[in-house]
Amino acid sequence: MITVTNLSKAYRGAKVLDIEHLEIPQGQSFGLLGNNGAGKTTFFSLLLDLIQPTTGSIFNKDVTVSESEEWKTFTSSFIDESFLIGYLTPEEYFYFIGELRNRNKADIDSFLEQFNDLFNGEILGRNKYLRDLSKGNQKKAGIVAALIGDPEIVILDEPFANLDPTTQIRLKKLLKDISVNTQTTILISSHDLIHVTEVCERIVVLDKGVVVRDTQTSAATLRELEEYFSREIAEG
Amino acid sequence: MTKRFLWLEWKSFFRSASLGKSLGLKIFMGFLALYFIGMFLILGIALFPLLKKLYPEEDPMKIANRFALVYFSLELIFRFLLQTLPVMDIKPLMILPIKKRKVVNFVLQKSLYSYYNILPILLIIPFGIVAYLKGDYSGWAMLGWVIAMFSITLCVNFFNFIIKKKFTDNLKALIPVVAIAIILALLDYFHIFQISVYFGKLLDYLLVYPYLAVIPVILLVLLYKWNQVNLQGKFYLDAGIKGKAVKANTNSFAWARKFGSIAPFLQLDLKLIWRNKRPKTTIFLSIIFLAYGLIFYTSDTYENMHVFAGIFITGIFMINFGQFVPSWDASYYSMIMSQNIPIKQYLASKMGLITFSVVVLAILSTPYVYFGMNILLLNIACALYNIGVNVPILMYSGSFNKKRIDLDKSPFMNYQGTGASQWLVGLPLMVIPIFLFWIINKFVSYEIAMGTLAGLGIIGLILRPSLLNFLVSCYKKRKYATIEGFKQKGE
Repeated sequence: MITVTNLSKAYRGAKVLDIEHLEIPQGQSFGLLGNNGAGKTTFFSLLLDLIQPTTGSIFNKDVTVSESEEWKTFTSSFIDESFLIGYLTPEEYFYFIGELRNRNKADIDSFLEQFNDLFNGEILGRNKYLRDLSKGNQKKAGIVAALIGDPEIVILDEPFANLDPTTQIRLKKLLKDISVNTQTTILISSHDLIHVTEVCERIVVLDKGVVVRDTQTSAATLRELEEYFSREIAEG
Repeated sequence: MTKRFLWLEWKSFFRSASLGKSLGLKIFMGFLALYFIGMFLILGIALFPLLKKLYPEEDPMKIANRFALVYFSLELIFRFLLQTLPVMDIKPLMILPIKKRKVVNFVLQKSLYSYYNILPILLIIPFGIVAYLKGDYSGWAMLGWVIAMFSITLCVNFFNFIIKKKFTDNLKALIPVVAIAIILALLDYFHIFQISVYFGKLLDYLLVYPYLAVIPVILLVLLYKWNQVNLQGKFYLDAGIKGKAVKANTNSFAWARKFGSIAPFLQLDLKLIWRNKRPKTTIFLSIIFLAYGLIFYTSDTYENMHVFAGIFITGIFMINFGQFVPSWDASYYSMIMSQNIPIKQYLASKMGLITFSVVVLAILSTPYVYFGMNILLLNIACALYNIGVNVPILMYSGSFNKKRIDLDKSPFMNYQGTGASQWLVGLPLMVIPIFLFWIINKFVSYEIAMGTLAGLGIIGLILRPSLLNFLVSCYKKRKYATIEGFKQKGE
């Protein structure tokens, strides 16, 4: 589904991302871990062609992302609040995204029904602009919008940050359901080891832009990851 | 502390994303500034002898005083249109151990060094000196007069801030003020109630009792305090987010559905304009400037300037809105770039919206047919030129835009883009057609000149699909730089 070859991104000669080869098959739920500055957001931004790769390329279903816009039709994403249009109400935003993805108003209304629990009555029908919602509610709206129109690939940057505990649990369940029941490829980055191990089938750890671990999730994964991330502290 | 603030200002200017653009503009404006400095200085020296020559029977000082009110009113208008309010991003400073008053004082005192305050000095002081040397006024009298005049100028400076704030907060509040000003001006003009004469008489007292100069100084201090209190009161973040409780406007502009594939974007743009203060003012400006033609069309001496008026009236929204494409969408530009939105459609809808505005303004300006059929035809020719030529030019220059516009957040006194530079960008859009018209009108004929403008517009309209493809490639090329620039917040 996604193939990355010789991908690197450097700012003034300093490499912030350097991935020789990475393949993400269709339907996989893929987790990206790493400390601050490890290159997670850089990788996602490259996937979405928001920044230009220094070398190499990314193929999203055989489309070279930096050359064609074709991938946009089947890829959706929520990176941060800058993906929301502040002066729209959540409903208007959902309808707008729906129109971009060939879904009419009725489609969106029925699609949104399944999120009533997640929204907890704080998003729909409140007659508020997105910019006036709290950070957590903005995030919920952004994530749900990224699921509109049955995209084949969903990219979420730190979806669990800023969410309340209940919503975190609901979101985990939602993402697991999607990965079990559909062929959607989900890419998630996070700082939370527990969430990622629960949701993702495969976990890749980045450190200073380089892939240092690439494992299929198993019962032992969480402990291994905890060991890995506390290693430096132990050494120090 | 002032030193630190200056340091912050310096950094924010040289580290801003739009440095290149602002530097170029600054240099150009520097030349303009030098020109006006020269003009004011010459006027300051020559005015006294000039008045003496023009009105040999009267006292030149009294004549000058009689025109003072008109001068100050004009100054206020110019300041209102051109002077930007001093800006400072206070959020990071709020939690630091810095007294609010210090920040406010810094911002206000910085404005004293504004170019617009230097110009009057160049006029007032030389005039005072020449009057002292050539006239028969005592040194004290002239000193008092100079101090009083300069204080009034600074009063205008601070008064401008107050009305400018009122204007941006609430446009309607300005209407009665303007109405009163117009009534006074008319009464004065028809010699019914000559306020400028009374004001002049007050100033005449200064020459007799120089110590009266203390009154404008006190007025200045009071205005300063007013500004201080005003700003200090806004030194809370709530002031910026006060609109929170306002219910969302749910007008969905359903009528825009008819425009096919660009409909969703068109609706989005209409919401953008209608729901955000800054783009909304462009609409009001467009309507106000419709009256601009009254100045130019009433006299035949400015035939070439009719083109200016035509381009301006039909294109004011185009200039004000178009030059900030795609900055309006800055806060969610990465979303626009990664969602299922072809850049072509995005640009087509922006061009569509602007074209639509030109058509509407052209229709609204048809009553100018009162001044002659030629005016109407010229207006239409200018509208066509705007649609066919200026819209693509603006879109092209837009591909270099990387300065973010914050729609939702308005930092402390953020009135970005209401200054002189905004008008400068519009200059080439008007200078080119005026030049073309002037040269053809001069050597060929009025009709051909008009036809050329319209023709160019129509050619542009026919070529629009291929121009659009060209624009798409420009925007694609600049995409990464634009995203990068839009991420940079603040000034």
